[in-house]
Amino acid sequence: MEAHGSQPVEHTHPSSGVYVKIGVVLFVLTALEVGLYEFTYGEHSGVTGHALQPFFVPLLLALSAAKFALVAMFYMHLKQDSRLFTGVFLFPLIIATVIILALIVLEAYHFAFAASG
Amino acid sequence: MSDHAAAAHLETSTGLDSRKVAIWTFIGSECLFFATLISNYLVHKETWLSGPGPFPHEVWKSPAGQVFEPIIEIPLVTVGTALLLFSSLFVVLALANAQRGNRTGLLVWLAATIMCGFFFVGMQVYEFTHFVHKGLTLKTNLFGASFFTLTGFHGTHVTLGVIWLLTLWIEAFRGKIPPEKSLNLEIAALYWHFVDVVWIVIFPVVYLIK
Repeated sequence: MEAHGSQPVEHTHPSSGVYVKIGVVLFVLTALEVGLYEFTYGEHSGVTGHALQPFFVPLLLALSAAKFALVAMFYMHLKQDSRLFTGVFLFPLIIATVIILALIVLEAYHFAFAASG
Repeated sequence: MSDHAAAAHLETSTGLDSRKVAIWTFIGSECLFFATLISNYLVHKETWLSGPGPFPHEVWKSPAGQVFEPIIEIPLVTVGTALLLFSSLFVVLALANAQRGNRTGLLVWLAATIMCGFFFVGMQVYEFTHFVHKGLTLKTNLFGASFFTLTGFHGTHVTLGVIWLLTLWIEAFRGKIPPEKSLNLEIAALYWHFVDVVWIVIFPVVYLIK
């Protein structure tokens, strides 16, 4: 669809095959998340699992972010649709992320301050 | 997109359909809503003095000497997560069929989406009931309050999404969603995907991270 001259505002959505491939990737990433948890903290986690513990949260958040991005880009069509939609979604998302991080830091500081007396 | 479909849109000065701009604005506001709930959970999850604690593989002894068993069941929630992910795939396949004018495909994939959403809500109802039987309620401790508020609001969004998609399925069954009206389904699908991406964040944050 074209609007106001030659500026394209909407594009063709991906094919069903692409949707299925993304679905498979999402499923694999979820399996990796749970597998990572079992490997690190599960009943049979060994020395390697224990060594992974410092990297557990960053790895898990990276997998989660990848899933989030895939759904937003392909299933919600942000990759093809108008950039305005991306802006309308990303701006509050960035604020939301900052709010979460700020509160975590504030709370960590509060506990550290309380612990030090 | 066909000229007929484009003509059916409520275009604005941006050249975009106003309903699509509205749903994206709503989704943006929902990001902030869930950010407050997730922050609330993260701040309060380790501040409990009574009742079961949040960690799935740890037995917890309260200051009063009461012993609580681990309560979170990761296999159950993993199935729920997979259902929600599959439902996102099914709804885009339903949309693709709606845009191609394939009514049978639309009905089948939309029904599959609704079933996945329905089973996810069922999973959550089972989980909440299980927690209450284990001694964790909204009033037990701050972990319980923030956990039930966060996951409860998400479950409410899923329930509303199921009802929305069900009404669209009935419309489609009556033949009232031709290709030129597929935007009605696309808007509902965007809401449904948002509910999915919120769970993509909640699943590791609440259930996997200790």
